[in-house]
Amino acid sequence: MIPNFGEGSECVRANRLFCWDWARDHWDDTLQPRLVEHVQLTAYAVGIGFAIALAAALLAYRFRWFEGPFGAFSALLYTIPSLALFQLLVPVTGLTVTTVEIALVGYTLLILFRNILTGLRSISPDVLEAARGMGFTRRQTLLRIELPLALPAILAGVRVATVTTISLATVAAFVLPQGLGQPIFDGLRTYFQTKFIAAGVLAIALALLADAALVLLGRAITPWARARRTA
Amino acid sequence: MSASAAEIEFRNVTKLYPGRARPAVANLSLTVPPGEICVLVGPSGGGKTTAMKMVNRLISITEGDILVDGVSVRELDVTELRRRIGYVIQQVGLFPHMSVGENIATVPRLLGWKRDRTNARIGELLELVGLEEGDRRRYPGQLSGGQRQRVGLARALAADPKVMLMDEPFGALDPITRDRLQNEFLRLQAELRKTVIFVTHDIDEAIKVGDRIAILREGGVLAQYDSPAAILARPADDFVARFVGADRGLKRLALKRVSEVELDPARDERLPLVEETTTLRDALSLMLAEGVRAVAVDGKGTLTLDRIAALLAEDD
Repeated sequence: MIPNFGEGSECVRANRLFCWDWARDHWDDTLQPRLVEHVQLTAYAVGIGFAIALAAALLAYRFRWFEGPFGAFSALLYTIPSLALFQLLVPVTGLTVTTVEIALVGYTLLILFRNILTGLRSISPDVLEAARGMGFTRRQTLLRIELPLALPAILAGVRVATVTTISLATVAAFVLPQGLGQPIFDGLRTYFQTKFIAAGVLAIALALLADAALVLLGRAITPWARARRTA
Repeated sequence: MSASAAEIEFRNVTKLYPGRARPAVANLSLTVPPGEICVLVGPSGGGKTTAMKMVNRLISITEGDILVDGVSVRELDVTELRRRIGYVIQQVGLFPHMSVGENIATVPRLLGWKRDRTNARIGELLELVGLEEGDRRRYPGQLSGGQRQRVGLARALAADPKVMLMDEPFGALDPITRDRLQNEFLRLQAELRKTVIFVTHDIDEAIKVGDRIAILREGGVLAQYDSPAAILARPADDFVARFVGADRGLKRLALKRVSEVELDPARDERLPLVEETTTLRDALSLMLAEGVRAVAVDGKGTLTLDRIAALLAEDD
């Protein structure tokens, strides 16, 4: 049986691999809104995940005993398959954005926590000793010395977390019809190739773009990291 | 005594680390007069770094007290105390994410100086330590070891502290750079007259830069505290004699220049020529190399081997 895709161009009716006219016609009502939702889902997840991971990493940096428990907790979250995690959460939080965000945030924690903590711990003891000897308070040391010096490692973590979340956020469509996962699943379910290819390509492009943007951001805020001896 | 220096007094200072049987510093008492360089020297385990770090309370004092300008370091707020004391460490500890200028501006910023004043000060200090104005915007990663140490020195001097603590500041440099920086540091010190506590394990460096040398033996016991010349001439005991080395006679000669000794009248014979600024050690070396027992001093007279031997005998 040949599926009937209703009105549409000859390309759409024949369900060719990719129909530009469909993508153009449905940019405004399908692709663009889902793309915006996808960006939002990712941004919230990375933002909230970053806040939690930063707080946890700072705690573990000051109190070593905290590293074990939080590390184990975030590693556990990381190992749970995403669909299983949604299954676990839906009875509690329902088919909501909250369910999706809890899962997505959970997957960012391990990477962000590890990277922030590694960044803080890799600062040369001489630098910290100099800061202390010159009369920095603990707070000034953290804000002016330790966090800025951990930035390259932190940004590396944010890059990985962002790209991972963009990819994972497609799975959110199992729970609610948001994000690029929605047209991807829809396209797969109805065998309409253009739809899932368009949405899939958009998700990949978004990941590449976000990664490139974060690299540029990193270069802009850590000019010292690339400045090496030239003379 | 200049207005920009302070006296440092160690009063029966003891440091006992928890869980250790022996103190790291034992009942140390010594006074560093304002504007002088006191070198703490000794073998590892002598507690020299511990003693120095108690001045800015990077290490707490177990017993006794340290007074800077007559005020106990225990009575001051610890961050305020540290901002008032210049601090230079061996690995320099420059902040890699800050430019040279920002590094130098560290303490002025902590003290809340106005931007104009800080900027002017950075310019002054760059010139003082022999860096170029163009270095201001470079990052530590772009500098050589010697340049970094200059920045470290400028950073410590930024807020014009009365007291400087220097922990093996030239230890990581190659011999040529070290020698040059030592000389420049001494030239600066002649001008600035800070009260400096300088830690090193190198007795030659101690003799070169110290106005006074405190030799600490294992267990943080002060073995001798005196001028370099006095320590070389009259070591307090076998430990000090061994520590300063079997060549202490030569080291003493290196401290004196030809211009500082009485000369014999000029002779007719042809002798190797030395300048008045030549050290006695180099003059002696020349005699040995040329196989003669005297050298001529630039038309002023003759320096003989006997005269040098007599000088060494005076104090022994």
